[in-house]
Amino acid sequence: MAMVDGYPDYMMKSIKLVEKKRERNMSTHVKPMNMKEREQILGKFHPDYMTGTKRELRVGIDKGKLLYNGIADLLEAKSVLDPKDVDLSKIDYDVDLLIIGGGGAGTVAALFAYESSVPKDEILIVTKLRHGDSNSMMAQGGIQAADRPEDSPALHYLDIYGGGHFTNKHELARALALDAPGIINWHQELGVMYDRQDDAEFQELSGGGTCRNRMHSAKDYTGMELLRNIRDKFRNLEIPVLEFCPIIEFLMDDKGQVAGGIAFNLETYEYYVIRAKATLLATGGSGRLHLSNYPTTNHYGATGDGLIMAYHVGANLTDLDTIQIHPTGDAHPEPLVGILSTEKIRGLGAIPVNANGDPFVFPLEPRDVESAAFIQECKEGRGTVTPTGMPGVWLDTPMIEIIHGEGTIQTLLAGEMRKFKRFGIDMTEYPILVYPTLHYQNGGVEINEKTETKIPGLFAAGEVTGGVHGKNRLMGNSLLDYNVFGRRAGIYTAKYVKKAKVGKITLNHLDKYNKMLGQANIKPKKTAPIILPEYRGEMAISRALDIL
Amino acid sequence: MSKSKQFLVEKLDRKAEDMRKKAGEVEVFIMGKSYRVPAGLTIMKALEYAGYRFIRGCGCRAGFCGACSTVYRIEDEQKLGFDLACQKVVEDKMYLVQLPFVPGAKAEYDINKLEPGDSTLITMYPEIARCVSCNTCTKSCPQDIEVMKYIQMAIRGDVSRCAEISFDCIQCGLCAMRCPADIKHYHVSQLARRLRGKYIDPKSKNLTKRLKEIEERKYDDEIEKMIKMDKKNITELYKNREIEAEQEGEGGE
Ligand SMILES: Cc1cc2nc3c(=O)[nH]c(=O)nc-3n(C[C@H](O)[C@H](O)[C@H](O)COP(=O)(O)OP(=O)(O)OC[C@H]3O[C@@H](n4cnc5c(N)ncnc54)[C@H](O)[C@@H]3O)c2cc1C
Ligand code: SF4
Ligand code: SF4
Ligand code: FES
Repeated sequence: MAMVDGYPDYMMKSIKLVEKKRERNMSTHVKPMNMKEREQILGKFHPDYMTGTKRELRVGIDKGKLLYNGIADLLEAKSVLDPKDVDLSKIDYDVDLLIIGGGGAGTVAALFAYESSVPKDEILIVTKLRHGDSNSMMAQGGIQAADRPEDSPALHYLDIYGGGHFTNKHELARALALDAPGIINWHQELGVMYDRQDDAEFQELSGGGTCRNRMHSAKDYTGMELLRNIRDKFRNLEIPVLEFCPIIEFLMDDKGQVAGGIAFNLETYEYYVIRAKATLLATGGSGRLHLSNYPTTNHYGATGDGLIMAYHVGANLTDLDTIQIHPTGDAHPEPLVGILSTEKIRGLGAIPVNANGDPFVFPLEPRDVESAAFIQECKEGRGTVTPTGMPGVWLDTPMIEIIHGEGTIQTLLAGEMRKFKRFGIDMTEYPILVYPTLHYQNGGVEINEKTETKIPGLFAAGEVTGGVHGKNRLMGNSLLDYNVFGRRAGIYTAKYVKKAKVGKITLNHLDKYNKMLGQANIKPKKTAPIILPEYRGEMAISRALDIL
Repeated sequence: MSKSKQFLVEKLDRKAEDMRKKAGEVEVFIMGKSYRVPAGLTIMKALEYAGYRFIRGCGCRAGFCGACSTVYRIEDEQKLGFDLACQKVVEDKMYLVQLPFVPGAKAEYDINKLEPGDSTLITMYPEIARCVSCNTCTKSCPQDIEVMKYIQMAIRGDVSRCAEISFDCIQCGLCAMRCPADIKHYHVSQLARRLRGKYIDPKSKNLTKRLKEIEERKYDDEIEKMIKMDKKNITELYKNREIEAEQEGEGGE
C-alpha cells in the first residue's frame, strides 16, 4: 500500500477535501447544541444511554443494579483463586498496613501513613507491574485546585457536583474541593515544577465544565511530574515494595474483617500470604476491560481487579453504569489506536470535520456529547475508515498554526507532535484521525470521607472508588482525587491500625461467593480478577468497534 | 470460549489477515527466533502477535513510563538501535531484545536538608565528573533529550537548566545502559528537578492566602449551604454560575 506522509492514498484524498474547505471552515462555526439536542444525540450514540451495553447484576450485595456488561461478567465469574492452593498456616508478610497498587493513591497513602507514625517496615506496597506503572503516570493535562483570588473552594465544589449530574456523595466532593489547595502546597514542597506565569503565580487554564480557570499543569507531562516526585520521596524513605506481585483476593478473619491479601508472583507463580491490620485498595481503573469494545487510554494493568476482589468480600459498588469515553482517542495509525490526543488541540482551535471535510459539531461540547457526535458521524458513514478498519473523524490540526502562528504546535504540544512524527505524520501540515476511547472509570467501591468501605479493615482510594465524581468526572479532578484521598487513607489507616486486632485468617468468603453464584443459577465460564489483559495472537490487533 | 469472544477473535483474525494483505508482512527475530508479523505493528504488539504475554517490559503502552526499553539491530546493519517497544514500529529483519530492568543506584537524600547550590548534584552523584562527552547518551534517548547537555549543566552546577532540559525524561534508563562513565543520568536529573521545583521556582502567594482561609474555615458555611439545597435550587445555582473563561477547553487531559 502506497503511503504518503503517513497516510495511504485514499485517506490523502479525503485530506485534500479537508484542505480545500479549511478556510471556509475557519470562518463558519457549528453552534453548540441545546439541552434537548444533547439528550437526543446521547440517547442514540453514547454507550451509557444505549441499550445492550449494560445489564442487571445477578449476584451479591448489589444484585439488581445495572452495570456495564464487561464488569457484570467478571462479577459473575468464579474467583481466580482456589483456596485449596494456599496454605494459610504460613504467613509470608505480617504488617500493619497493606497497600494494594503502586500508582498515585497507593504511594501517597504510604507517605502519609509513615508521617502519621506507622513505622516503614510495617507498611508494604504490593503492585502488579513496576512501582509507578499506572494511569497516574500518563496524565497530561493537569490538576484542579481553587487557589486564585477570583476562585473559591465553594465554586470548585459546585463544579464537581454539577459536573457529576448531582449524583456525587457530598462529603467526598467537599473533601476534594477543600483539600485541593493543601495538596498543591504539598507538591510545591516536594519540588513539583508547575507551570508558572511571569508574576510567579501558577499558570491556570480552564477545563471543560469549570467556571474558573484552575487547571495546574507541568507541560504536557503533569501526571509523570507529580508521580516521579512522590515516588522519589518514597524511595528515599525505603518503604518496602513488592513488584510484579498483584493481589488476587483479600484475606478475611473470623470477625468478618478484611485482614490482608493473597499476592501472586507473576514470575515464579508463588502465592504469598500477607496479613495486615488495615488494607488499602488503590488498584485504579479498568480501561483494559475494553467495555463496549472500546480501545482505551489506560495502562496495561488497569483491569478492574479491585472492583472484583472488593465485591467478593461484600463491599458495595456505585455508579458503574457510566463510563467516561474521551472524544479524541487516536484512530490512525494502528499502533496509536486508543491513545489520547489532548483536549488542548481543540482548545487551541482545531475543529473536527468528517471525511468530506465538513464540520458537524461544536468543537467544545462536553466530552460525552462530543464523543456521541463523532460516533454518529462514523455510524452514518461520514467517517474515514483506516486500512485496519478503524473508523474516525479528522481533527484539523493545521488550523492551530494558522490561528496562532507557525511553531505553536511545537511549543505547546511537543509531546503530541513527537508522537505523530514517529509515524511520519506532521500534524502541523495534515489533520489527525480520532475516535472516542475508553478513558476513566467514574464509579467503583463506595467509600466515606475517611476512605473507609463498608467492610471493616478495608479502605479504598483513587480511581477504584465511587462517589467522589458521581456519574461523571471533570477533567483534572482525578489527579486531585488520588492525592486527596490517598493522603486521607494514609492518615486514617494509621489511626485505625493502632487499635485493630486481626482474628483467625480465612478464605471462606470465596467458597461462599462461589456458592452464591450456584444459588443464582450462574454457571461461570470465566474466572476473575483477570490481572492481565489478553493480547496474544490476533488479540494484538486493536479492537474495531461493531459499528460498520 | 464464549460466543461474543469468539466473534471478536474471528473479527480480529480477519483484520490481521487484511493488514497482512494490504501492508505486507515483516520478519522479526525475537531474541534470535524468527516470526512473521503484519507490517505496521509496534514492537510491543508484534511480540504479542507472535504469542508473547508481557509481564515485564510493558507499562503504559503509550510512551510515558519507560518500561519497554528495547535494543535492536537490523540484519546486516552495523548500528544498534534503542527505542521504546510501545512506540517503535517493526522493520523487516529486525533483531529484538527487551531490557526487563535497568540496574542503577539512586542516591538517598532528604530534600529538605539539601540546598540548590553549585555542588549539590556533583556531591550526590560524583561520577558525573567522569563524563567524556561522547554524546552516546543523547543518541540513545527515545525522547530526543539532549542528555549530554543536561549532564554538563549538572557538572557546572546549573540546577535550573539541568531540570529544564531533562524535563521530558521518562526514566527508561537507556542512556545509563550505554554510558561509558557509568552515569545514572535519570537519577541526576530527577534530583535537579526536585531542587528546582522546591527551591528555585517562586512560591505562590495566592496559594498561601487560600490555605489560611481554609484553615480559618472561611468556605465551610457556603459549602454546607449548597449541600443542604434541594435539587431544584442547586441546579439553578449551577446553571447560572458565571463562567470566567471564554477560552473554554484550553486546558485538557
Ligand atoms: C492517558 C490518561 C490521561 C489522563 N489525564 C488526566 C489529567 O490530565 N488530569 C486528571 O486529573 N486525570 C487524568 N487521568 C486520570 C488519572 O490519571 C487517573 O484517574 C488517576 O491517576 C488514578 O490514580 P490511582 O492511584 O487511583 O490509579 P493508578 O495510578 O492507575 O494506580 C493503580 C495501580 O495499581 C496497580 N494494580 C492494579 N491491579 C492490581 C492488583 N490486583 N494488585 C496490585 N496492584 C494492582 C496498577 O498496575 C497501578 O500501578 C488520565 C488518565 C489517563 C489514562
Ligand atoms: S534521558 Fe535517559 S532515562 Fe531519560 S528518557 Fe532519555 S534515555 Fe531515557
Ligand atoms: S554517555 Fe556518559 S560519558 Fe558519554 S556524553 Fe553521555 S554522560 Fe558523558
Ligand atoms: S510501555 Fe510505557 S513507555 Fe512503552
